[in-house]
Amino acid sequence: MTAPTPPDPRKAGRPAPAALPASAASPASSGADLRVFIVDDHGLFRAGVRAELGDQVVVVGEADDVGPAITGITACLPDVVLLDVHLPSGGGQIVVSSVKAAHPQVRFLALSASDAPEDVIAVIRAGARGYVTKTISTAELVDAVRRVAAGDTVFSPMLAGFVLDAFATMPSAGQDQPSFDPEFDQLTPREREVLRLIARGYTYKEIARELYISVKTVEHHVSSVLRKLQLSTRHQLTRWATERRLA
Amino acid sequence: MVIRLLFVLATLLSVGVAIYVVAWLLVPMEGEDGSIAIKALTDGRGLALAAGLGSLLVILLVIVSVLGAGWLGNLAWPLVIGVAGVALIWRNASADEQIMLRRLAEPLLGRPRPGKRTATVLRASAAAVLLAGGLAILLVGHDGAELLLPLGGLILVVAAIVVILGPWWLRIALDLVAERQARARAEERADMAARVHDSVLQTLALIQRNADQPAQVVKLARGQERELRSWLFGGSAPGGVRGQGTTLAAGVRLIQQEVEALHGVAVEAVTVGDCGLDDQLDALLAAAREATVNAAKWSGADVISLFAEVEPTEVSVFVRDRGCGFDPEAVPVDRKGLAESIRARMRRRGGSVTVRSVVGNGTEISLRIPRVAGPRQPSRA
Repeated sequence: MTAPTPPDPRKAGRPAPAALPASAASPASSGADLRVFIVDDHGLFRAGVRAELGDQVVVVGEADDVGPAITGITACLPDVVLLDVHLPSGGGQIVVSSVKAAHPQVRFLALSASDAPEDVIAVIRAGARGYVTKTISTAELVDAVRRVAAGDTVFSPMLAGFVLDAFATMPSAGQDQPSFDPEFDQLTPREREVLRLIARGYTYKEIARELYISVKTVEHHVSSVLRKLQLSTRHQLTRWATERRLA
Repeated sequence: MVIRLLFVLATLLSVGVAIYVVAWLLVPMEGEDGSIAIKALTDGRGLALAAGLGSLLVILLVIVSVLGAGWLGNLAWPLVIGVAGVALIWRNASADEQIMLRRLAEPLLGRPRPGKRTATVLRASAAAVLLAGGLAILLVGHDGAELLLPLGGLILVVAAIVVILGPWWLRIALDLVAERQARARAEERADMAARVHDSVLQTLALIQRNADQPAQVVKLARGQERELRSWLFGGSAPGGVRGQGTTLAAGVRLIQQEVEALHGVAVEAVTVGDCGLDDQLDALLAAAREATVNAAKWSGADVISLFAEVEPTEVSVFVRDRGCGFDPEAVPVDRKGLAESIRARMRRRGGSVTVRSVVGNGTEISLRIPRVAGPRQPSRA
């Protein structure tokens, strides 16, 4: 994993003197020095998360909308951004794509209460490393933040369900699918199996035990699903999201 | 016209009877080790008997061919094989079945029940006349070389067989119908018991638990009353979700909302795919609801995972909790939730149930039901 680089003033638009110095040490290992940034339009929710995460991570900043979020994140370059998928002036994916280009080391964990699948998928496709619902327990949230910081993925049952749904209709050859790429546009049976177990509420460890594979292999499958989700140009994926939005 | 109808009926009956007989031979009876067919194969003395009969047959055939009566040979083969088969079946049938066979064979063996003697004699003589006539025409027909005559003879022979065996076939068919009706009634009763358990009994349990909160009790009672009324007078079954939600995903969401509201436990519901509801899926949802309610009531877990997936040939639902778990073997027999509302309900619809539970480590109940054809829809959130 790449070490955090100092903020780039040209890309950020303005210098960021207020930013805390990015911790040079590996941020993932201990967790206590993990730097977290919270983006959510509900002040109450931000305060709640801040209180919940408390001493387990360092909350370095918060923002309530797209613009302030981009400025703030670029300024203090946190390890993990907790990002609400729904913001007043647009979806969370704008934040992800704006920051990702210049600062690929900043990792995003999507958070939502609405569970609108098209928003969630959009944020993941923009580059978020995972998605959890706001009903998640504190311990699980801290765990999710740590895993995202370490470069792992965090799939909630809900996200696994969305992805299974999005990839469900297998396109057959020649069916309005000129750009169909089997590498990115469909899931392997094993990946499906893993996603199903996630959707059934299994943790990675439980999945590993169930399928007689290592946790690392589970993580590998999930990362590859995430990659497919981000790289797939599947017509279906877009259409699925559009259908959802219209519904 | 009547005779033709009778023939059609006889053909239908005999095909059905043949299937029934094959199934009866191959499917082991409850409480028996193996099917009749398997027992017959391992019955050494029976086989020896059959082999003895076979050799007798061979001798008979040799004599017959010497005498030049070929038609008798043609007849003897199936007859003796049939008799040997019946003997084997008879020897290996269970006690109950032997009684049944004896009863069925009565009209054939000439031992009619009292009061039916004259009818049997009449039938037998009619059959004999028909048979004789048919055979005579058949034999004469060889000289005329006309197609019509042998055909007429054949029909007469068939008629004789129908007259002899008709009542027997009819009785088997009637028995089948009666059995099917009895089973349907029992299923209907079990279905109703499951529904009452899921709705009325559950509500009564909730009322007892909330006895100190009058407002809550009134709310529960009113809701239950509405449900019962709509069942008794409107035909919409309680404990089900049909009528309230039109698709599987809507049904799953309804279960989520109900359980969260009534039991105060978070339900994480995920559905993949969606489709309209039919009787099959209604039963699946009712079983899933009961499984979720059970998890909420007994597991002690604060979140329950509910996952439903629609696949082209089946629909599956998984209800999982990380609660206290239980030993499925140790559930008292008077607890009907798992046995009736889940297992029996799924079995009646051709579905299957798997319970995985480790004491102290949670429970997962998997429900699967085959799908009647229909398009898979993308799920709507």
